[in-house]
Amino acid sequence: MSVAGINVLVEETRALAAGKAPAKTLLAVRGVSTYYGSVAALRDVDLDVTEGEIVTLIGANGAGKSTLMMTIFGAPQAREGTITYDGRDITRLPTHEIARLAIAQSPEGRRVFPRMSVHENLQMGAALHDRRYFAQDLERVCALFPRLKERLTQRAGTMSGGEQQMLAIARALMSRPRLLLLDEPSLGLAPLVVKGIFDAVRDLNRRDGMTIFLVEQNAYHALKLAHRGYVLVNGRITMSGTGRALLADPAIKAAYLEGGHGAPVEV
Amino acid sequence: MDVFVQQLINGLTLGSIYGLIAIGYTMVFGIIGMVNFAHGDVFMVSSFIALIGFLILTAWLGVSSIALAFLIVLVVSMVLTALWGWAIERVAYRPLRGSFRLAPLISAIGVSIFLSNFVQVTQGARNKPLPPMLSGGITLFETDGFQVFLSYKQCLIMAVTAVLLTGFWYLVQRTPFGRAQRACEQDRKMAALLGIDVDRTISLTFVLGAALAAVAGVLYLMYYGVVSFSDGFVPGVKAFTAAVLGGIGSLPGAVLGGLIIGLIETFWSAYFSIEYKDVAAFSILAVVLIFMPSGILGRAEVEKV
Repeated sequence: MSVAGINVLVEETRALAAGKAPAKTLLAVRGVSTYYGSVAALRDVDLDVTEGEIVTLIGANGAGKSTLMMTIFGAPQAREGTITYDGRDITRLPTHEIARLAIAQSPEGRRVFPRMSVHENLQMGAALHDRRYFAQDLERVCALFPRLKERLTQRAGTMSGGEQQMLAIARALMSRPRLLLLDEPSLGLAPLVVKGIFDAVRDLNRRDGMTIFLVEQNAYHALKLAHRGYVLVNGRITMSGTGRALLADPAIKAAYLEGGHGAPVEV
Repeated sequence: MDVFVQQLINGLTLGSIYGLIAIGYTMVFGIIGMVNFAHGDVFMVSSFIALIGFLILTAWLGVSSIALAFLIVLVVSMVLTALWGWAIERVAYRPLRGSFRLAPLISAIGVSIFLSNFVQVTQGARNKPLPPMLSGGITLFETDGFQVFLSYKQCLIMAVTAVLLTGFWYLVQRTPFGRAQRACEQDRKMAALLGIDVDRTISLTFVLGAALAAVAGVLYLMYYGVVSFSDGFVPGVKAFTAAVLGGIGSLPGAVLGGLIIGLIETFWSAYFSIEYKDVAAFSILAVVLIFMPSGILGRAEVEKV
C-alpha cells in the first residue's frame, strides 16, 4: 500500500477512535503517471485530499507540481492511474466537465483574462452558475480581497501581480467550489502580499470549511498553513505527513527551507 | 461636392457589405488564429441560397410583398449558411486542431475550392440574375444637373448592417456567450478550466461569422442583382484585407476596415480609374501595414503578464 493510503488509514482510525465519523476523501489520486510525449512528468503518484483539509504539495521548480494540478483537470490526461473526485472517476473527463463538478483552480501563472475587466473575469468564474448567486458571491470575494472591489472596472491585464493573483483566486471562488486548487499563489509576490493571500486561504478553510489543495515552492509558509503535505521530487511523491512533521524533518529542512527559496520571511 | 457625396453613399454601402464579411474573418482568427480562406465562398453560397429563396417565394409561392420576401430570405439564408459554417468547421478544421499550423489553412483552401466548384456544378457556371426587386430612391439634392441619389436599396443595406452590427456587438460584449467567446480568444485553456466548452464556443463562432456573411450575401445579391459561383473570391479577399487593415482580431476594426476599403474603391473608381480600384485598395493596405503593423485598431502584441 502506498504512503498516502496508509496516511488515510491512520487518520480514519484516529477519527474513529475519537468517536467522529471519518472525514470523506474528496480527491483521490491513485498511481497516476502523466507524460509529455515520451517524457514522464509524473510517475505513480498517490495522493488524497480529505474534506475540510488544507493539503499542500511542495517541490522544486520542474518537479511536476503544476502538471499534477492540470492532470487533475484532464489537461493533459493521465496516461496511467485514476483520479476520483467525490467518489466519481474523472480521469477521462474533458476539462470543462471536470470544472462543472464544484472543483476550481487558480492555475500557475494566474491566467487572468487580460483584456477583460475584473468584474468580467469574476463573471467568467461564475459562468456555470445561476446568476442569482452572482451579487452575493461578488460581495463575498470582495470582502476577502477588498483590493478587487476598488478595481472592478479595471482591465485585469493592467493590474499588479499581487492583484492578479487575488483575482485568480477570487475568480476560482466564484464557482462555489468544494475543492479549491491553488497553484503557487505566492510566486513572484512581495512578502506582505504573500502573507495577505495566505491569510485569505486560511480564512477560507477555517471559516468556510473549504477544502484546499495548495501547490507551493514556498515550503515554509505552505507547511505552516497546511494540515498535511506531500513532497514531489522528479515526478514522484517521496514523502508525506502532517505539515508540522514535514516542517521538522531534517531532509525537508535541508532541501527546501534553509537558504532555499522557501526560507522563512518574517513579516 | 455632389460627386463626392454620391461616392460617399456608394462607398459606405459597399463598405457595409465588406464589413459584415470581415467580421467572420476576424472572429475566427481571434479565437483559433487561423485565416478561414473558405469564408468568401461561404458568402457566395449564401447569395445563392438567397437567390433560390427569392425565386421560390416570388415565382412559385406568389409572395408579392417585398419586405416579407426579404425578411424570410434573410432569415433562411442566415440559418442555412450558419449550418454550412458549422459543418465546415466540424469536418474540415476541428480534426486538424492541434496539428501543425499550416494544416487548417490548406484545408480551408480546399473547402474554398470545393464550395465554388460545388455551386458551379449544381447551379451552372453562368451569372444568375435576380429580377429587380426594390427600385427607386430619394434625390437628396441636385447641382448643375447632377443628382445625388440615395436608392432604397442603399438605405436598406446600411440600415440592416447597422441594426445587425448593433445586435452583434451587444451579443459579444454583454451576454454570457459573448463573454465566453472573448475568454476563449484570450486564453482557451483557462476558459476550459472555468467550465467553458471551448469546442462548442469555436463552433458558435463559425456559426455567427457565417450568419453575418449570409446577411452580406443577401444584401450583395439585392444590390448587384446578379451572382455567380466565382463571386466569393474577390469580395472575400477584400473583406479579409479589410479585417487586416482594421486590425485582425478586432471587431470594430473589421467594420472600420470594411468601410475604408469600400470608400477607397469607390472614390478611386470615380476620380481615377475603375480598372485600378483593386490595386488602390490593396496598396492602401500595404502602406498602412508598414506604419501600423497590427492594423488600425489592432492591439500591439506585447502584453503585461
